Amino acid sequence: MFDYDLWREIFQSINKNRTRSLLSGFTVAFAILLFTILFGLANGLNNTFSKAFVDDAANAVFIRPGRTTKASKGLQAGRKIQFKNQDYDYIKSDFDPSIEFITSRIYRNVTASYKNEKNNYSLRAVHPDHQYIEKTKIVQGRYINQRDMQAQTKSIVIGDLVRQDLFLNEDPLGKYINLNGISYQVTGVFKDDGGDDEERFMYMPLSTAQLIYGNNDYVDQINLTYNPKYDYDQAIDFSLDLEKKLKERFYVAKNDQRAIRVFNMAMQNKGINQMTSVLGILILIIGMGTLIAGIVGISNIMIFIVKERTKEIGIRKALGASPRAIISIILIESILITTIAGYLGLLVGVGVLEWSGPSLKTYFITNPSVSQSLVLAATFTLIAAGTLAGYIPAKKASKIKPIVALRDD
Amino acid sequence: MLKIQQLHKSYPIGDSSLHVLKGIDLSVEKGEMVAIMGSSGSGKSTLLNIIGMLDEADEGNYILDEVPIKNLTEKKAAVYRNKFLGFIFQSFNLINYKNALENVALPLYYQGLKRKKRQEKAKFHLKKVGLLDWASHLPSELSGGQKQRVAIARALASEPKLLLADEPTGALDTTTSYDIMAFLQQLNDEGKTILIVTHEEDIAAMCKRIVRLKDGVIMEDNIVEQVRAETYV
Repeated sequence: MFDYDLWREIFQSINKNRTRSLLSGFTVAFAILLFTILFGLANGLNNTFSKAFVDDAANAVFIRPGRTTKASKGLQAGRKIQFKNQDYDYIKSDFDPSIEFITSRIYRNVTASYKNEKNNYSLRAVHPDHQYIEKTKIVQGRYINQRDMQAQTKSIVIGDLVRQDLFLNEDPLGKYINLNGISYQVTGVFKDDGGDDEERFMYMPLSTAQLIYGNNDYVDQINLTYNPKYDYDQAIDFSLDLEKKLKERFYVAKNDQRAIRVFNMAMQNKGINQMTSVLGILILIIGMGTLIAGIVGISNIMIFIVKERTKEIGIRKALGASPRAIISIILIESILITTIAGYLGLLVGVGVLEWSGPSLKTYFITNPSVSQSLVLAATFTLIAAGTLAGYIPAKKASKIKPIVALRDD
Repeated sequence: MLKIQQLHKSYPIGDSSLHVLKGIDLSVEKGEMVAIMGSSGSGKSTLLNIIGMLDEADEGNYILDEVPIKNLTEKKAAVYRNKFLGFIFQSFNLINYKNALENVALPLYYQGLKRKKRQEKAKFHLKKVGLLDWASHLPSELSGGQKQRVAIARALASEPKLLLADEPTGALDTTTSYDIMAFLQQLNDEGKTILIVTHEEDIAAMCKRIVRLKDGVIMEDNIVEQVRAETYV
């Protein structure tokens, strides 16, 4: 299949006609360079946005109680809203199809000690589902589970920074740490993309916390993730409905903004998503434009080349070159120039992005780069572009009549 | 070897058409050396183009080495040209960025020969025209006579049954012309069939047969006493 001689012919032709090869290559290289840089910058913007919310699940909904600001149904303003286990059960059962994961949360600040090490940390008492909503990554042991909930075990899952603080280099699993005088057994260690602050938390079973801290069924906050099959509008409808129902349940005025706050990630995600997709389309149009300009450029040059080589092609035909052989020469030359030049453009573009990346942080551009798949797609596009650019000129060349080409003038 | 019957060819010019060949009958046997003469517009180049399969006749039969040449696809024509014919042109038509050896080897490339074999054959033919020492020179570094010799070597490379020469000495001075003719005569002596289109009487006289065309018909077709080119050199 690999025709060594054909390639020889083509390399000779490219090599002996450097100026025109360079010229046509330059057009394509420049187009790809622009395309890469544009795409990289758009990616960088995207990265900035998505990094800001990497901490939690993208479909998270947070429900926080506060104090009422308006009197309602005979109740005074300033009343404190307190969530309880029954509210958790209510949301879980009444909104079942809309909910993926759900957890209650209780906050406590604790002083934790192990051997000689001692420090203050925030404690979160949660349901097992919390792991998925917060996107907690277990690196050792396990998270809180259902059995912990039922048995109200004194288990604790600690952040990696807590482990470093308290255990130094010791293996924490199965060890007991002391929280304000009560011993808890470490069952797991986690990391979190949300950063250092997130890794200073400790997690324990909600039921245990309710038993130990107050012996009640109060919860401070309820977090959930909506059904991932929902689109943004469905998700927003769901959380609005949830907010309305909760307000009714707690006799809160409809327009009271502070008593119960439902924060839905879908709302901000929708906005960001719209912005980035508009940006993406814009970049795609501009990129495609440059690419098409490049293809037209090389096609033009190839037509010129065919014109210039009319006589040569005539000679080749008189000597027995089939139309196919002529098409191959022109087409492969076009593909070769496009691919090599395009790749150079791509490399330079990636280089520029690499080099300028760190200094662009101030402009909301994080880690501007092009993905492997884009590089792959670009390669195929280049080959396709070369074929496209070369095809018409090649066809034209194959139609050249030797008598016309060889006419002495 | 070559048999042509009632060949007609016309070219459209605007609404009317120009009848260039008006019923040509010609047969050439193996080993002949034929000059086709005629003033410009007599149809001699058109005839050569049809014989060379660069153009197709409107009417009539053309049989080359017992193969009827008719309704050829481009691909088939390319194969036949490569196999049966060797072309020699007035302006040499060498490929300017290929050296002498590569030019000679080109028809062999289209025959699908391996590179080594091509080089070998090309060298053999280049040696035959006495230019082996110039193998790596580009056409621009050769004199007119040398270029035509390279072109002849290229025409010979595919070992064709018929050599077609279109004004082969038209771009050369007299001495070089005779030199080239002497070489063509030598090839003919070795048994090659050669067709030469020319309008120069002295060149035609160096062939064995002269066919004169006028206004698209053959006026004369004579066997002549060949003038040996060496006598002039």
